[in-house]
Amino acid sequence: MSEQKGMFGASGTGDTSGYGGLERSAYSPTSASRPYGSYFDDVADELEKAFPEFSDAIEKVVVDRGELTLHIKRNRLFDVAKTLRDTETLRFEVCLGVSGVHYPEDKDRELHAVYELLSMTHNRRIRLEVSAPESDPHIPTLVEVWAGTNWHEREAYDMFGIIFDGHPALTRILMPDDWPGHPQRKDYPLGGIPVEYIGATVPAPDNRRTYR
Amino acid sequence: MSTFSTPQASSRETTEGTIYSVTGGDWDQVAAEIGSAKEERVVVNMGPQHPSTHGVLRLMLELEGETITELRCGIGYLHTGIEKNTEFRTWTQGVTFVTRMDYLSPLFNETAYCLGVEKLLGITNDVPERATVIRVMMMEFNRISSHMVALGTGALELGAITPMFFAFREREKVLDVFEKVSGLRMNMAYIRPGGVAQDLPEGTVSHVRELVKDLRKNFKDNADLLIGNSIWIKRTKDVGYLDLAGCITLGVTGPVLRATGMPWDLRKTQPYCGYENYDFDVITADTCDVYGRFLIRMQELEQSLRIIEQCCDKLDQLDGAPVMVADKKIAWPAQLALGGDGLGNSLDHIRQIMGTSMESLIHHFKIVTEGFRVPAGQVYTPVESPRGELGAHLVSDGGTRPYRVHFRTPSFSNLQSTSAMCEGSLIADVVAAVASIDPVMGDVDR
Repeated sequence: MSEQKGMFGASGTGDTSGYGGLERSAYSPTSASRPYGSYFDDVADELEKAFPEFSDAIEKVVVDRGELTLHIKRNRLFDVAKTLRDTETLRFEVCLGVSGVHYPEDKDRELHAVYELLSMTHNRRIRLEVSAPESDPHIPTLVEVWAGTNWHEREAYDMFGIIFDGHPALTRILMPDDWPGHPQRKDYPLGGIPVEYIGATVPAPDNRRTYR
Repeated sequence: MSTFSTPQASSRETTEGTIYSVTGGDWDQVAAEIGSAKEERVVVNMGPQHPSTHGVLRLMLELEGETITELRCGIGYLHTGIEKNTEFRTWTQGVTFVTRMDYLSPLFNETAYCLGVEKLLGITNDVPERATVIRVMMMEFNRISSHMVALGTGALELGAITPMFFAFREREKVLDVFEKVSGLRMNMAYIRPGGVAQDLPEGTVSHVRELVKDLRKNFKDNADLLIGNSIWIKRTKDVGYLDLAGCITLGVTGPVLRATGMPWDLRKTQPYCGYENYDFDVITADTCDVYGRFLIRMQELEQSLRIIEQCCDKLDQLDGAPVMVADKKIAWPAQLALGGDGLGNSLDHIRQIMGTSMESLIHHFKIVTEGFRVPAGQVYTPVESPRGELGAHLVSDGGTRPYRVHFRTPSFSNLQSTSAMCEGSLIADVVAAVASIDPVMGDVDR
């Protein structure tokens, strides 16, 4: 997420609000330190025990708003996922889906895939986050671990262009097969046309003056 | 090559085999042509415009005789770009978009989204209790109206027309409550970040109490028609089988999961909106089939009524309490009022901003056009919708508009299991299996 100045999206002197000095720095979640609180320490301990290359695979552990996010290197994703599912003390047997997020400002980590995991056995939830650069948008598939990620990975491919290596049939799922581009990337325009209403013209939503 | 009755109906040769276009009324010719072909294998395209596929769902069936050897779903016909659109509106406007995803249970979409926004804002505990109780009451009514469509259309697709009339008769009364409370029968955008759009109009609680008695009596009509009905049992028993292991690996939740005997209901296991304070049972069945799934839906109606009754008691105690967070930087400024023609702005509020307080006008203008800022971060908030786990994955960059809104919708995940349920079964059972999943295509495609 980019560093932003002003409130109206105008660069230079376009700001007439009087709040031109407002600055917000780019957001990057901070790494949490022990103890994480709640059941998060348990999960981290058990994963470390069951997965020897833990420190090599995990880029960052984020605890925010009562939720645990493990940022994982993409080449280790499959092993971590399998360990999380198969270890009796972890047993994250349900993957609720894959949500792609596009961060154009996050250089060489532009495309993120976010997995929500649920353990019905222990009544716990965690989140895995994996990133890939736009120039090499490959992430290993998890269909072998959780068959239900099949359609979710197809959606993330369709909308963000993340290529899930090893997926049995990675094709578009919501957009037509011959659609160019990946609609939910940030550089893909929303589209829309100006609408005339009682003499005035309302521009398309992505061309309106906006407050950020 | 035989002659066809209409110019649209024809056949042509391709590398994949002969392709027949069927327009209806010409089945005899098609059957005769296929009968003379050497190959037994037939690929049939069902939908996306088909009365028994529950909306614009396309099914591609590979058949050997009447047995399905392979089934694939084609989805995306109702993709409307809701997730992308929300990135160009304020957080409050997002409610108006997400309510349109699962159009049979809009209040669940709104609740999942608003719980997420509130979690990002860190005001989860500041939402007034009355607002939470109203949310629960409205959601449970919505569960009833949604299950009513599932039961009614499910039975209709299997050839039973009367249950449909009974179900829609009762659903109508529930929609009347929505209209009375929010002004709209569907897509209400009634639940807002921080509370609900407006308080209940006078007399709602007593109306609801009467309605609950009425519904309880009338639900028996459908139950009597279907439970134990020998035709219904023959069409649904042991059909669309999917066991616990299948459900878990495919991420299937809701009535389909509970029909395997797993008592997994987020209202009990991971309560939100104060569900831990209500007395109700999680309904399960152990048949893993279509019959069990519909049985669960029928019995969940009674549980929803129990919750609504408890909501009424709580609402009586909380009469006059606020329904929106106290923080004026987040709360929507106008209290809407129900006029004779539906929704309108509260005249008191108009008088204040136009007549007495310039600052109120500025504040109103700023929060309506600019919205509020939401601290950066990401959250995932799940709720138990009538179809299963509905989760909102929200990412904020600290601005007034969402950075990313993703909905993990139960219809999308559950629909994946169609192949597992149907392959190897007869073509007539596909209709029963799809109906038992109860997919809403707006929810699948977003």
